Amino acid sequence: MGYRVHVTVNGTPREAEVEARLLLVHFIREVLGLTGTHIGCDTTNCGACTVLLDGRPVKSCTVFAVQADGRDLMTVEGLARDGELHPIQEGFHERHGLQCGFCTPGMMMTAYALLQRTPAPTEEEIRWAIAGNLCRCTGYVNIVEAIRYAAEKLRGAPVTTGRGS
Amino acid sequence: MATQAHGMGHAVKRKEDARFLRGKGTYIDDITLPGMLYLDIVRSPYAHARITAIHTEKALAIPGVLAVIMGRDLDRYGLAWMPTLMSDRQMVLPIDTVLYQAQEVAAVVATDRYTAADGVAAVEVDYEPLPAVVDPRAALRPDAPVLRQDRAQKTNHIWHWEVGDREATDRAFREAEVTVAQDLYIPRIHVSSIETCGCIARWDPVEGKLTLWMTTQAPHAIRTVVALVAGHLGLAEHKIRVIAPDIGGGFGGKVPVYPGYVLAVAASVLTGRPVKWIEDRMENLQADSFARDYHITAELAATKDGRLQALRVKTIADHGAFDAAANPSKFPAGLFSICTGSYDFRTAFAEVDGVYTNKPPGGIAYRCSFRVTEASYTIERMVDILAHELGIDPAEFRLRNFIRLDQFPYRSALGWTYDSGNYEAALRKAMERIGYWDLRREQAERRRRGELMGIGISSFTEIVGAGPSHTFDILGLKMFDSAEIRIHPTGKVVARFGTKSQGQGHETTYAQIIAHELGIPEDDIVVEEGDTDTAPYGLGTYASRSTPTAGAAGAVAARKILDKARKIAAYLLEAREDDLVWERGRFHVKGSPERAKTIQEIAFAAYTNHPPGLEAGLEAVAYYDPPNLTFPFGSYICVVDIDKGTGEVKIRRFVAVDDCGNIINPMIVEGQIHGGLTMGLAPALYEEITYDEHGNMLGGSFMDYLLPTAVETPRWETDKTVTPSPHHPLGAKGVGESATVGAPAAIANAVIDALWHLGVRHIDIPITPWKVWKVLRERGVTE
Ligand code: FES
Ligand code: FES
Repeated sequence: MGYRVHVTVNGTPREAEVEARLLLVHFIREVLGLTGTHIGCDTTNCGACTVLLDGRPVKSCTVFAVQADGRDLMTVEGLARDGELHPIQEGFHERHGLQCGFCTPGMMMTAYALLQRTPAPTEEEIRWAIAGNLCRCTGYVNIVEAIRYAAEKLRGAPVTTGRGS
Repeated sequence: MATQAHGMGHAVKRKEDARFLRGKGTYIDDITLPGMLYLDIVRSPYAHARITAIHTEKALAIPGVLAVIMGRDLDRYGLAWMPTLMSDRQMVLPIDTVLYQAQEVAAVVATDRYTAADGVAAVEVDYEPLPAVVDPRAALRPDAPVLRQDRAQKTNHIWHWEVGDREATDRAFREAEVTVAQDLYIPRIHVSSIETCGCIARWDPVEGKLTLWMTTQAPHAIRTVVALVAGHLGLAEHKIRVIAPDIGGGFGGKVPVYPGYVLAVAASVLTGRPVKWIEDRMENLQADSFARDYHITAELAATKDGRLQALRVKTIADHGAFDAAANPSKFPAGLFSICTGSYDFRTAFAEVDGVYTNKPPGGIAYRCSFRVTEASYTIERMVDILAHELGIDPAEFRLRNFIRLDQFPYRSALGWTYDSGNYEAALRKAMERIGYWDLRREQAERRRRGELMGIGISSFTEIVGAGPSHTFDILGLKMFDSAEIRIHPTGKVVARFGTKSQGQGHETTYAQIIAHELGIPEDDIVVEEGDTDTAPYGLGTYASRSTPTAGAAGAVAARKILDKARKIAAYLLEAREDDLVWERGRFHVKGSPERAKTIQEIAFAAYTNHPPGLEAGLEAVAYYDPPNLTFPFGSYICVVDIDKGTGEVKIRRFVAVDDCGNIINPMIVEGQIHGGLTMGLAPALYEEITYDEHGNMLGGSFMDYLLPTAVETPRWETDKTVTPSPHHPLGAKGVGESATVGAPAAIANAVIDALWHLGVRHIDIPITPWKVWKVLRERGVTE
C-alpha cells in the first residue's frame, strides 16, 4: 500500500493511492471506474486492454499503475468529444467493425494511435498495426474497413463506400 | 431524420453499437456491487492425482481472506458434484481425486482479487500423482486405469452410438467398384472468446433470492438446472434470477455450467455477500470446455465413374473427464449424423464411441451446431480424396453427386429431412466468382515450374435451429424458443426473447423482424434478452438457433398482434375485418385507402378506446416449436500458395458463397460469415490444444495457443444464393456458424491439392508450417 499516483485521464487530473503491484488496467477499471478498457488475456497478447499513455498505445495489463504516475492517459471513454463520436467510432459503426464489442475499445485505441502517426495507412499497415489486437467475432475485414473509413474522414477526404481493393 | 420501418433485407446499422463504441457496454467484470467479495480458484497441477491433504491455515491468515471452500464443505450440502448437460455428473470440487490438470480443487474468498490470488498461492495441497490417460484409444484398452471410480461401469467407455443401416452399408462396400478410406483427426481446440467466463452471485437471505449475473448463452436453462440441483437447499426457480449482461463472445463456450459459477453461489450463501468470480485466460484455456477431439476413420464407396454409393464412419470421441458435452439429449454425438453432407448417398452408417480421459470435460460445439463441423470436415475431405484418386476434378465430382434441386425436401440416408437446397447453384457461383478453370490452368503451369499452388472446395450443408420438440431436448427441456412483444399506447415496443446475443446483433435483427411484420420503425423497438425475471422462457443462443427459433417466435407473436390490431382497426373504422387491407404499418378499408388507421393509432386505441368485449392492450407471446431444422449451405473455394522453403501456407483468395435462406440484415449476415470464416481458418492452420503423456497441457496462454490476427486473415470474399426455408415463417435459415463449419475443409483441401502430385493424401489440421515442411522434406522437395 501507499503509492500516490497522479494521472491525467482523458483530460481530467485524477489521483489515488495504490499498491505497488496494482496493474494499470485494474487501476483504470476499478479505481477510476472506467470499464471500457477490457481484460482478455493478462499476457499482453489480446490487446483488449490497450490504452494510450502519453499518446502511445500500451497494453495496460502489463503496466503497473505506478508507472503511469505523472503521465497522460487516454481511454476509450475519451474518444467521443462533446457527445460526438470520434471518426474512428463512427467508422466501426458504419462498417460493422464490431460484434460482441469486447475487443473494440482496444482496437479503436490502437487505430487512434496509428492514425496519429500514419494518417493515410495502406491496408497492410492497418493490418500490421492491429496485429496485437485479437478479435474473435468480426474476421478483421470490417475492422480494417472501419479504420480506413476513419482515416479518410480525418483527412477530410470523401469517405468511399464499399471496399477498396 | 424521420424514423422508418426498414424490415427485412436492409443493412440496418446496429442498435447495440452505441454503447459498445463508447466503452459503455456492461460485461460481467464491469459490474460491482456494494460489499462484493472476490473468489479465486486453487487448481490442480496434475492431470490425475489423489488429494491427501489441503492446508488452508496460511491462506486464512492473510488479512482479507474470508474463507477457503473445499470439496468436503460442499459435500455436506450435496453440492460437491453437479449434473452435466449430458446426464453425467461432474465434480464441482473433488473430495479425493483430481481428473484433469487445472481442475478446481478449492476456492478462496477474499475482499478483492489481489488478496484472493494471494490466498490461492498460500493454499497447500498434497497430491499423490496417479498415471494419466491421455489418448482415448489407450483409454479403451483393457489394462487402462479406470478414471471414473464414481460410476457403476468400471470402464472408460461412456457410450456407443450408431445411426444408419450397418448391413446395407457393409454390403455396398463389399460390392463397390471403388472404395477409399482415411483416418482423420480433428484436434481439440478452444473457443477463446476474448471475454473469459465469470459471474457474480448475490444471495439475499431476506428475500431468499439468488441473483446470478453470468456469462451464459442460455440463462433460462441454467436457472432451471440450478433449481433442479439446489432445490433441496431452498433455491427454487422463482427465487432464482439469472442475468446475462453484455457478453464478449460465446461460440458455445458459454453454454456449460463451470464449477466457478457454482462456487460463487456457494460463497455468496456462505458469506451473505455478493461474490464475483472471473476466470483469467489461462484458466479459460486450461479448464473450460474444449471442442472437437474426434478420431475418425471414414470410408467412401463409389462407382468407377465417380458416383457416390455409401459412407461408413467410425469415430472415437475424447470427452475428457466428464461427459459435459452440450448436445441435445437424444444425440450423444450431436448432429454428427449429418456426415452425408450435400451428397446423395444410397446408404450410410456412422458410429461414435465416447471415452473418458484425463482432460478437461466437454466438449462443446465451437461455433457449430453440435458437431456438424466434424461431420462436414469428414465428408468434404473424403469427397476430395476420392475425386483425386479417380482423377476427376473435385468441382466436377461434387456437381455429379449433389442432392439435386428436385429432390428437396430430401431425406438423407441417416434420417434427416433437408428442408431446401440448391447446391449446384452455390458451387457454380463460387467457381465463377473465383475463376475456377483459369485457376486450374494456372496451377498446372505453376506445377510445371515446381511451384506449389492448391485449390480447395468445400460444399457443406449445415443443420441449425435446434430444434423440434419431438427429438430435441437438453436434460428434458424441449428446445423451442420464445418472444414476447408489448406495444405501448404510443406505439413504442418492448420485445423480449428467450435467446441471448453474444455479439450476433439480436437487438437489431429482432427489431427488423418486428418492423417487417408490423411496420413499426426499428428505432421504436427495444429488444431485451438475458434476464430470466423478465424474458419469456427459451433455450438460448447457440447452434445458430436464434433466427430459426426465436426469430420465428418474433414473427409469430407479431402476427398474433396483427390479428388483434385488425379487430381494433375494424372497430375504429367501422368496417368489417375482412374488408381491411394491411399495408405494412396501417390498415385501410378496401377501395378507400384514405380510410385508414396506423398501427400506432391502433395501439393507442388498444389502451384508450378498445372495442367492447375485447381485452385491452396490444401484446403477444409466442413459443415457437420448429417443425424441422433448417439446412443452410454453401460452397467455399480457397486458393493457397505454399512456401517450399518454410512450409508456410498462404491463403491467396477465399470465396464464400453462402445460402442462409431469406436474409434479415445483409450487413450482419456478412459480418457473421467473416467471423465464422476466421474461426474456420483458425483450426485449419493454427489452433490446437495438445497434452504431453502426463496430461500436462502444452501451452495454456495466447502465447502458444495461436489465434489468427489481422495479418494472417485473408480478405474474405463473400457472395450468396437465396433458397428460402419452406417451413420457417420468414424463410430464414440461420447463418452464425456456417462459415466455421465449411471453411476448415476448404483450406485443408487446398493444401492437399497443392501436394497431391507429390503423393500426399492427407495432413491432419492444423496444417502448420512444420507439418508441411516435414512432408516436403520427406519427398525431397525442400532441403
Ligand atoms: S488483457 Fe492486456 S493484452 Fe490481453
Ligand atoms: S467484436 Fe467480439 S472480440 Fe472483437
